[in-house]
Amino acid sequence: MLTFTIRRLILSVPTLLFISLVIFLLLQLAPGDPMAQVPLTVPPEIKEKMREALGLGQPIHIQYIKWLYQFFIVEPQVMIDWMTRDTFLFGWLPDTQFSMVYNADLDRMVTEQRVISWQWRGPVMDVVIQRLPQTLWVVGMAYVVGILISIPIGIYSAYRQYSVFDQAGTFITMIGFSVPPFFTGPLLGIIFAVQLGWFPLLYDTTHEVNNWDTFVTQLKQMVLPVMVLALQTTAQISRYMRASVLDNLNQDYVRTARSKGLSEAVVVMVHVLRNSMIPVITVIALGIPSIFGGAIITEVVFGVSGIGDMFIRALLSNDLPTVQTLAFIFAILIVMFNLLADVLYGVFDPRIRYD
Amino acid sequence: MTDMTEDHFAALKDKEPAKEPRSQWQDVWSQFKKHKGAVFGGGFLLFITLFVIFGPWIWDVDPKKLDIRNKDVRPIWTALWNGDAKTLWYRPFGTDNLGRDLLANIIAGGRASMSVGWAAMILSLIIGTGVGVLSGYFRRMDFWLMRFTDLVLSLPILPLLLVAVVLFRQPLRSNFGPEMGMFILIVGVISVTSWMQTARIVRGEILALKEREFILAARSIGTSNAKIITRHLLPNVISPIMVSATLGLATAIITESALSFLGFGFPSDFPTWGKLLADAVPRMTEYPERVMLPGIAISLTVLGVNYLGDGLRDALDPRIRGR
Repeated sequence: MLTFTIRRLILSVPTLLFISLVIFLLLQLAPGDPMAQVPLTVPPEIKEKMREALGLGQPIHIQYIKWLYQFFIVEPQVMIDWMTRDTFLFGWLPDTQFSMVYNADLDRMVTEQRVISWQWRGPVMDVVIQRLPQTLWVVGMAYVVGILISIPIGIYSAYRQYSVFDQAGTFITMIGFSVPPFFTGPLLGIIFAVQLGWFPLLYDTTHEVNNWDTFVTQLKQMVLPVMVLALQTTAQISRYMRASVLDNLNQDYVRTARSKGLSEAVVVMVHVLRNSMIPVITVIALGIPSIFGGAIITEVVFGVSGIGDMFIRALLSNDLPTVQTLAFIFAILIVMFNLLADVLYGVFDPRIRYD
Repeated sequence: MTDMTEDHFAALKDKEPAKEPRSQWQDVWSQFKKHKGAVFGGGFLLFITLFVIFGPWIWDVDPKKLDIRNKDVRPIWTALWNGDAKTLWYRPFGTDNLGRDLLANIIAGGRASMSVGWAAMILSLIIGTGVGVLSGYFRRMDFWLMRFTDLVLSLPILPLLLVAVVLFRQPLRSNFGPEMGMFILIVGVISVTSWMQTARIVRGEILALKEREFILAARSIGTSNAKIITRHLLPNVISPIMVSATLGLATAIITESALSFLGFGFPSDFPTWGKLLADAVPRMTEYPERVMLPGIAISLTVLGVNYLGDGLRDALDPRIRGR
């Protein structure tokens, strides 16, 4: 198992390199010029210097390697430095200075060149770190809620196959598949925010939780985006759960368990459930990165300023380093969770042998 | 003596008259008919396709015509509970904030959405089937084509779609005109990013099929590879292709609407369902029907397509059929 994991990890390196190359080359085709906003009175040679400061003067392959270096070496170093300096968890460790280099002009240590956003004029990663909690809260909560709803639904509709509950469940999951989030968002908004007035229509990112009332407000504003995202998760996972439980209910070991007198609850909730969770766990792992992609729409609909919203803004304002970095982060998520799904499958199912 | 033998043969004969021989597609149809959802779904897809094709002749209103005097007209059914609402009989679905007729816009938007959906689905089927057949049939290409498919599968699709639209919008628009250029671009990017599942399914089927005796027989009489593929293999993989076609149509319609919704779709005066929905969202508190109507159109179409796919899967699977 360990060798398999290591082999997959090594194999994912060329995959990620290829994806980074695709993303990088695609963005090299971009017609936009970051100097377009600079006033015309700025002389051309100064403009040229500004372009060089943004790292644009060099040939493409140098730019690519520099970007990779910044992404894979400098950013993790900065991360480690920050963790040993400012966080509670690792703050007791001695301060590391991995990302610092000596600058002869200033005669002191400065941070190495990081990936700089053209729009915010600061490191892209800082903005990502600022915005990530919003996305994780909403998206992660939605995923957990979706899983918690869908697993009982899947079990029950498989156990009572073709019952009214199963038919209704099939219909609702079909709706969950078919109704896109950019329609469920406004629809739930009209019903619950406009007509009933239970929840706020837009998500307020600046809201701070410091007592019970603000916590309730936070929960209320999370309800609508979480519902929209959870509907899709529920539709997908309950389908898989139902199919998987159906497969297992016809197995011999279920008959054996019943014939030795175990109660239905034990047969279904212990024997069948554990076995049918195996494929579902991989589906859950595979779905996590696509939820990040799908959250772009939900974030736009409800005004959650997470990384999906950041991506759209960067794209609209032609901020290529941000777009590049975010797209690559999404790709890393996909590759890593694919790997995780494969490994989990092998860990949970002893019949699977990868060697 | 002769009587005896005749009796023996008579015992072997069936008592009932033999049933009419039935072709495979008759069986498929009779199984398909049993799935109520699929019949409704297919019927609705047919209806909406005919509606958007022939709609402009029946409802002869220009969707782009501005009628500023009759702006913000509510749909006719609001008069049922709200007598003061501004309704007009010749604007049955109401108008938007510039006085454009909503019914005509929904028909025109449906034309755009459905044609993008169909074109992207067909193109991605062609790519997917091509890659699947090549990698299933020719062992030398298998490894690299499947690695390539895995790579494309691990790309972040929606972010890259948005990036591609932003990058190629300008050149294509200047070459083919604003609407045609956008159509080519959207169909292209959707189909380039959605062929992978079809390729995998087709490859699996081809791998199993090419070891069967009839392929060996065809090869032994000297049939060329191209003929084996077109005459013997492709007709046998038609059912999984049809099922993934329905899924492809559903995803293509949703993706196009999502792009339009995010503002990366067709030019602003060219209606599609996603764009109508997106334009209506800022004022949905006053005019919820402008969000509901295009949203329902998208949802029902995709729901119909999904049910159709469900029924087709059951009807085309010989193990389920006849039960």
